[in-house]
Amino acid sequence: MRHLMSPLDFTTEELEELFDLAGDIERNPQKYAHACEGKILATCFYEPSTRTRLSFESAMTRLGGRVIGFSDANSSSAAKGESVSDTIRVISCYADICAMRHPKEGAPMVAAEKSLIPVINAGDGGHQHPTQTLTDLLTIRSLNGTLGGFTLGLCGDLKFGRTVHSLINALVRYNNIRFLFISPEELKVPDYITDMLREKNIPYEEVIRLEDVMPQLDLLYMTRVQKERFFNEEDYVRLKDFYILDAGKMKLAKENMLVLHPLPRVNEISVEVDEDPRAAYFRQAQYGVYVRMALILTLLNIKL
Amino acid sequence: MLNVGKIEEGFVLDHIKAGKSLSLYEHLQLDKLDCTVAIIKNARSAKMGKKDILKVECDINTLDLDVLAFIDHNITVNVIKNGDIVEKKELVLPRQIKNVIRCHNPRCITSIEQGLPHIFLLADEEKAVYRCKYCEEKFSEKF
Repeated sequence: MRHLMSPLDFTTEELEELFDLAGDIERNPQKYAHACEGKILATCFYEPSTRTRLSFESAMTRLGGRVIGFSDANSSSAAKGESVSDTIRVISCYADICAMRHPKEGAPMVAAEKSLIPVINAGDGGHQHPTQTLTDLLTIRSLNGTLGGFTLGLCGDLKFGRTVHSLINALVRYNNIRFLFISPEELKVPDYITDMLREKNIPYEEVIRLEDVMPQLDLLYMTRVQKERFFNEEDYVRLKDFYILDAGKMKLAKENMLVLHPLPRVNEISVEVDEDPRAAYFRQAQYGVYVRMALILTLLNIKL
Repeated sequence: MLNVGKIEEGFVLDHIKAGKSLSLYEHLQLDKLDCTVAIIKNARSAKMGKKDILKVECDINTLDLDVLAFIDHNITVNVIKNGDIVEKKELVLPRQIKNVIRCHNPRCITSIEQGLPHIFLLADEEKAVYRCKYCEEKFSEKF
């Protein structure tokens, strides 16, 4: 039985198979409409995340399966003090596969250790968010044509932004990628990431101003500064609008640069950018459903 | 110079960084053993200038070499039998250590989950970096 805790749980060859399957689902949705009939997905969300949860629910529903679950810790037995280990043992009796989001880092791994069904990490604190990464990789592969051979700018909260950490971890396995980390001093990418890049001789630069590097980028991955990751309200208020991507900055970018964002966005991308053909973040959300459908089929070992 | 007598059976931990023997004593849980322990602090050393030494008179198998290697893999472990050194054990960094150190990341699941062991995995052998199995936070406390 397989789980998904980190994007690195799949080899690049396995990811290729997953993305091929997602591509087939995109082209032939009817073929997969009953693939998970009789199967149940449990969405165990200990912190609210409407978007990720609905993406999983949409994926399972489009496969003909059903969904049970809870959408915040207060409506689950966690509010009564139940441990993650106990919860997953019970959920294993009710469902065939589980997607878990938890504010504590490593919680889905604890669940996977005790679970009788495949567990998908749907985000654990500031740590990993592998299905977002699979979404990002599929989007880049589909819209850019290939995974590799580009300069990727990651902008915003690179310290607590788990989507960023997961994406970097996944991309280091592909060739000729250069990273540009654009963040304020307080939200720099953690040292374990830069240590790893240096060790693997992967080029990266850390800068503060987005304008300075815009012309170099093939892909720009914007992130939101997340209030829930801060212990201190003052720091959040000071940093939340540090970067705003607008039409003026887009003029500095290459004609075929793609703008990605895990969504939801707040102020970091001005709405005027939405009409720019280089804005790919809403298409990215669609790829998120396809890749989650492919993942559910793969972990349930359902082949058509 | 202070003289501490030979031990008949047990082990001598040599080349401990000066001042670290008490911390080692605690982590090896030597306080729980009913045996003779000599703690020698700031002994003269040609190699290190100053060093600490621990002499423990007990069965060598009671010593957790993994914990010892995690704390300082440059320590020399001399196994003593009938008053003589019969073996020098090489310390190798353990791949995993369990319930020796705690994860201090307040966002880690180990901070709230009941009965969950604190497990650290060797992430970088050269730099002796250990990371929490669950949240991957680097262990940075110095012994």
